[in-house]
Formats: sequence, structure tokens, C-alpha cells
Amino acid sequence: MTETAKDRQPTLEMRSISKTFPGVKALSNVQLRAWSGEVLALMGENGAGKSTLMKILSGAYTADPGGEILIDGQAVKMGDPIAAKHQGIAIIYQELSLAPNLTVAENIYLGIELARRGMVDRKAEAEGCRDVLERLGAPFGPNTVVSTLSIAEQQLVEIARALHVNAKILVMDEPTTALSSRETDKLFALVKQLRSEGIAIIYISHRMAEVYELADRVSVLRDGSYVGTLVGDEINADRLVRMMVGRELKGFYKHEHDAEQALAAEVVLEVRDMADGDMVKGASFKLHAGEVLGLAGLVGSGRTELARLIYAADPKIRGEVILDNVPRNFSNPKQAIDAGIAYLTEDRKAQGLFLDMSVKENVNLGVIDRDAYRFGVLNLAQAARRATHAIEALAIRVASPLVEVGSLSGGNQQKVLLSRWLETKPRVLILDEPTRGVDVGAKQEIYRIIDNLAKAGVAILVISSEMPEVMGIADRILVMREGLIEGEVGGHSGNAITQENIMALASGIALKAA
Amino acid sequence: MTEASMDAKQKFATQSDKAAAARKIAIRNTMQAVGMLPVLIILAVGFHFMTEGRFFTGQNISIVAQQAAINTVLAAGMTFVILTGGIDLSVGSILAASAMIGVLASLIPGWGLLGIPAAMLTGLGFGLINGMLIAFLKLPPFIVTLGGLTAIRGVARLIGNDQTVFNPDLPFAWIGNGEVPIIPGMFTVPVLAIIAIAVILISWFILRRTVLGTHIYAVGGNSAAARLSGIKVWSVLLFVYATSGLLAGLGGVMSAARLYAANGLQLGQAYELDAIAAVILGGTSFIGGIGSIWGTLIGALIIAALTNGLILVGVSDIWQFIIKGLVIIGAVTLDRFRTQGGART
Repeated sequence: MTETAKDRQPTLEMRSISKTFPGVKALSNVQLRAWSGEVLALMGENGAGKSTLMKILSGAYTADPGGEILIDGQAVKMGDPIAAKHQGIAIIYQELSLAPNLTVAENIYLGIELARRGMVDRKAEAEGCRDVLERLGAPFGPNTVVSTLSIAEQQLVEIARALHVNAKILVMDEPTTALSSRETDKLFALVKQLRSEGIAIIYISHRMAEVYELADRVSVLRDGSYVGTLVGDEINADRLVRMMVGRELKGFYKHEHDAEQALAAEVVLEVRDMADGDMVKGASFKLHAGEVLGLAGLVGSGRTELARLIYAADPKIRGEVILDNVPRNFSNPKQAIDAGIAYLTEDRKAQGLFLDMSVKENVNLGVIDRDAYRFGVLNLAQAARRATHAIEALAIRVASPLVEVGSLSGGNQQKVLLSRWLETKPRVLILDEPTRGVDVGAKQEIYRIIDNLAKAGVAILVISSEMPEVMGIADRILVMREGLIEGEVGGHSGNAITQENIMALASGIALKAA
Repeated sequence: MTEASMDAKQKFATQSDKAAAARKIAIRNTMQAVGMLPVLIILAVGFHFMTEGRFFTGQNISIVAQQAAINTVLAAGMTFVILTGGIDLSVGSILAASAMIGVLASLIPGWGLLGIPAAMLTGLGFGLINGMLIAFLKLPPFIVTLGGLTAIRGVARLIGNDQTVFNPDLPFAWIGNGEVPIIPGMFTVPVLAIIAIAVILISWFILRRTVLGTHIYAVGGNSAAARLSGIKVWSVLLFVYATSGLLAGLGGVMSAARLYAANGLQLGQAYELDAIAAVILGGTSFIGGIGSIWGTLIGALIIAALTNGLILVGVSDIWQFIIKGLVIIGAVTLDRFRTQGGART
């Protein structure tokens, strides 16, 4: 397919696209070409310019003079989102842009309502989108309220909205971030179906497995510049990573700490029969000093809920938390933090970071009371020292500790949040999806940090939906299913750490004999 | 290029980048802090010319300062509340009730000065009630304080039986009418203004130099993250509403001291609106987590200067309201444009 595609005219061509913001050149002479009936993966570290490029494509931004966008060979006007839509460009952002209180049909027709004498014709709208919903195999009808749908289903609505206006070019930005593996498989099937229908798909992702599965060609950006494109058989992880990062990354998943030693070490945290009467139904496990314990399971299995119960962020109806053989009864997160437990939330923007505050303030928030003088007066000197130390230790790419956290890339934001918890010198660190929305280079740095912490004796629980990640960094993995720990792989369980075993446990299928 | 030299190159680049970025941030922070000061200056200068020099006289500035003082104190309390993403509509009523108690207490023979703590404790008490309803029952601040506005007004009226209470020998009248000579004979500062400045300074210290202040900004910025970071959100909320009430009580003392009297029905009517206007003009955001106490001070001065200037120019009562409202809207619009500029890419 790719050979003949080369002779065809590209459906989309972006030429010499540069974009300057005050003080920073986000894009410098970038080229992009996409063909109909193909999936083009767009990769690059956060800050490489991918989202800026897509915003120029969608008309949200205007490129610097000299750049042009051609659709089917025709130059199009930039900086006009409505014109872009008419040209057949549709973008599905990571943070879905639906109105949650409206129905599916109302969302699909948002901005292009079918009105009769000023009043919206709901029946016509429902009928009008039935086709596209069927085409997508949507398990919900046009009159369903969007807020009742799962993230995966909401994504389908976004795709339906794009198809409804006959999008020629569909851009998907990290679509699988919040999806379970089953939903991801369905999405892949859909992408392949759309590809066969002749749509040009631009797929932005950090996940190598997905790129291998879907992409016909991969274009890479680095630091605002276009590095190159790999086509078909040329696509391979080492080359891509080198293109993205500019240097080789050997041993992607850092695992130098001694797993055996960790498993033999003392049990720092024991959780017994933890339940909240809803998502978590009686989970128990032990965590050793210096161990990296993975917690896998399908979305909705109760992993995050379990973590929050341990941390006393949510009330439990039953269960014990035993720290260093002493039963503890935490009634709020502050007590857990003071006892040495730290929890990194899975949703850093909504529940972790203070986007309007600086890096320095965010890093220090967990320890300002420890550092303070009498009467709670802030110790500004210590705060500055901690900020500088954190930026250096975690390689946070930021020009100054006074920069607002909201303006940082995903990977850097995650590092800021992580450093807040590291400053509290925890004995138990619970990481919930630590590399979600984080670029390749920063991911590797985070793995290195986790490994070093394990070497230093911190007990680490990592909740992750990314199979290769949890298999790569964990010493052993617990699998949760419907609120209970279904089983264990690795360590002394006798079960090998394989994707099949983990999936089997997660789905409630009995494991084959080892 | 080897990894080592690439890292070195990156590090070197960041050194000068850091300096440039730090400078940029400093400029932006100063611009945000300076905020509405240009507007205040333009207003003052404008009125000075329009009134042929009557605005900038020692006597008039003193009057402006006195008029701004009570609102400044109320607005300081309001700043704490709005920073957490809440609002306190009951401050005017609390001020009235506190002033009533203050004057009544001052009538006790020999214990007249008790009026001051009595009024402030009244304010604190009402503030705590607001705070408990909001922090523990998790009721929306708008509704709670709206109810407070009406109920506490009722209490204020009840206390005096809808009569004006006065005390011509008010022992603490010097608070409302006294002046402190800075340059004897030339430059005096009203005690009311000193109290207002003191409140601003203490508020600044709490907000910017203490753990509690950081917690207040955090709760307003992202209350879910604040809780998960170990902040006791309920105690922060309790504090800000109690403070707002306490400062409204102080406002009551200041008002009673100035007037030698208090009336449960009329005193403090719509004071909360001027307080909110001062806070918003000062750049504090309704959603919480963003704002500065200095902005509030400038906001309160703008409102006082505006009111005073319009009277001096001879504008009628009705027009004063219209113009004041338009100036507030205009100033906030200008401010949005200004801050959109350099911010984030």
C-alpha cells in the first residue's frame, strides 16, 4: 500500500510550518504529509511540538508567514477553525471536548443544529446520527446523555461527530490513555476500519506497541523540528526512540535493584481485607522494603480506589493498614503522609497539581509545615533549596522554579508532582499511573527514579495499565479484579510474569499450570 | 554528538535561559501586582483637574482614607474568602449587628471599652457559624452567606428594636475620629486608615508568609489536590469565614466609633457589594487560588476615590451608581486584556 501511496498526491501536506510564541520558537520549518487510507503516527517527546502542529492544522493557531497547508493539493486558509472543519479536518483531543450534560445527538450536532423555526428538531437530529453510530457499532443510542457514558464510549461520540461531517483527516491525540485493553482493541479495529474507508488518520501516541500495530508510517518531531519519517518495515522502536530523543536508550525499563533481596526484606506495609462497600471488596497484600510491587487489572477493577483507601482519602468500611507491624488507623491523608505513606494520583491535573502555582510552590506543598518556623511562618530559603534540588534530581526541564506548573509539559508536570512526594521522604510510595501522558524520555527518567528509590529501600506500589511498563519495572505483580486481588505473578507465586497470565487473572480466567 | 557533550550543551543553554526566564517571570509578577494602580492614579489625577485642585488637598485625602478604611477592612476579609473560591455576602449585616453590640456594650458604666471586644467577638461568632455550615455541612457559600445576610440583619434589628442606639460619650470614639500626626501641623493620618493599613499588612503576612496562607491559595486553586496533599480543607474554610466575620466585627467597631451610633436596619446595607468589588477590582479571581491583598487595597482606594471624586465634581447620587458600576466593569475588562498578554504559551 505504501509504494503506490508514494505516487499518489498526499491528502494533507503541511509545508514549512513554523510557529513563534513570545520568547520561544515552538515549531521550526516542519513538514508533514498524510495520505488517505493510511495511519500516520506522529511521535515526539512532549514539547517537541506535536500539539502545536495539530492546533495549526485545526485552525486554533496560525503558523508564521511562509508556511502552508494543502489539502488534496489546494492551499487552505489557516487560523480559521470553521474553515478547517469544512475542509474535512477533525481533531479528537486527549481531553474530550463534549458537553457532558447534553445527549449524544446534541453533541454531534453542536454548532450545526437542525432547527425548525428557531427550535431544535430533536427527532431529526436523532435520526440523522443513527447511521454514523451504527457504522461505528456504538452500544448506545443518540438520546443517551454523554455524562453517563464511559470514556471509551465518549470517544466514540467524538469520532461519530467527526465522521458525521465527513472528515477526511482525523487526528487522534493519545486516544488510549484512559482506555482499558479491551476498549483499546475495539478502538484499533475502528481505526483500521476507518482507514479502509479512505480516511487519513494522524495518530499521536507515546505507546510503541500501538504504533507498531496501527501505523503505516511514522513521522517524528524533536524540539520543534521535523526529524524524519519511517515507512512500513523501517518502523522500529530503537530507530524511533533515537529520532525522538537524539540518543540511544538502552534498557528502557530500568530494573537494576535486587528483587530477591527486596522480597526477603521486612514487610513495611500490610493491607488486610480492605473494603469500601463499593469498588473494593476485601483486598489484602504485603509490601516489602525496597520492592517494586505492580498492581495490574482492568479499568474499574478497583486499583485506584484501593490506593485511596490505604491513604485514607476515602472512608473504608472495613480493613486494616499495618505499617511496620503496627496497626494504624488513618482518618485523613495528612496522617498517612506523616506516617510516611505518599500517594501520587492518577489525575495529576485535577487532583495533584496546583496549575496556577509555581514549580517551587508545588514541590514544597507537602513539607512546608515541616520546614516552617514557629507560628507557621514559611521557611522561604529552605523552599528555594528544595525546589532547586528537585529540579536537578529529577531533571525537570524548566527555566526557573518560579514558572507556573500549568505551562509545563506532561512529563515535567509529573516530575514536579513526584518530587513533592519525594520531599516528604516516604517509606511507602504509591504511584498511580506514573507515566500517563508522559513522553518517552521522561518515562525512562521516571523509571530510573523508581529504581533508585527501590535501591534506597523505599517500598513502592505501582498501579499501571500499561502492560509492558508494569512487567518491566515490577518485581512481582498483583492483579485485581472486581475489587479483590485475584492473583499474583512473579516473585514466589510460581506464575510467570507474562501478558497472558496477567490478562487471564484480570479477566477471571484460571491460569494454565506453570 | 556524544551524550556528555549534548548534556553539557543543554545545561549551558539553560543557564542563560534561566536568567532570561526568571526576569520574564519577575516582570509578569510585578505587572500583576501593580495591577490596577495605574487606574487609581489616572482617577486621582483626573479628579484633581476636574475639581480644580480640590481632590489632592490634605483634608480631602484624609476623608478619602477614612471612607476607604472600613471597606478595606471588610475587603481584606473578603479576599481570604474569595481566595478559597467562596464568597461572603453577610459582611454588611455582621457589621451592623457588631456595631449595635459595640455601642450597647459601650453604654455599660465604667466598662465602656468592652464595646470593642464585644463587637469583634460578635463578628467572629457569626463568621464561625458561616464557616461551620460551609466546612462541615458542605453547603454552598453563596447560599449560606445569603441566608446570613438576611438572618443577621434581622438580629441586628432585633438587638436595637429597630431604634438607633447612640452613645455621645463613646469611649473609643477616637478610633473613628482621631488622627495621628506624622508631620505635626502638616500631615496627619486618620486612625481609621492606620487600622486599615495594619489589617492589610497582617493579611499580607498571613497569606504570603505562613503555611496557612499557602494552604488558603491551595484550597482555592484545587481543593481535591489540597486534600490529597494533606491539607485539612475544613479548617482552612473555617478560618477564612471566621476571619471575614471578625473583620466585619472590626468594621462594626470602626463604624460605631465614627458615628457614635448604630442602627440595625440601615447600617452596613450593601457594604458587601463594595467589599466584593474592591476584591475583584484588585485582581482576585472568583474561582479561587489567584489574587493579592495589595490588589484589594488598590481596589478599595479606587472605589473610595471614585465615590469621593464624583461628589466633588457635583455628580448626582443616581449617576454616581451608574458611573461606579461602569468603571468597575471597564477596569476588570482592561485587566483581563492585560493579563492575557504575556501569560502562558
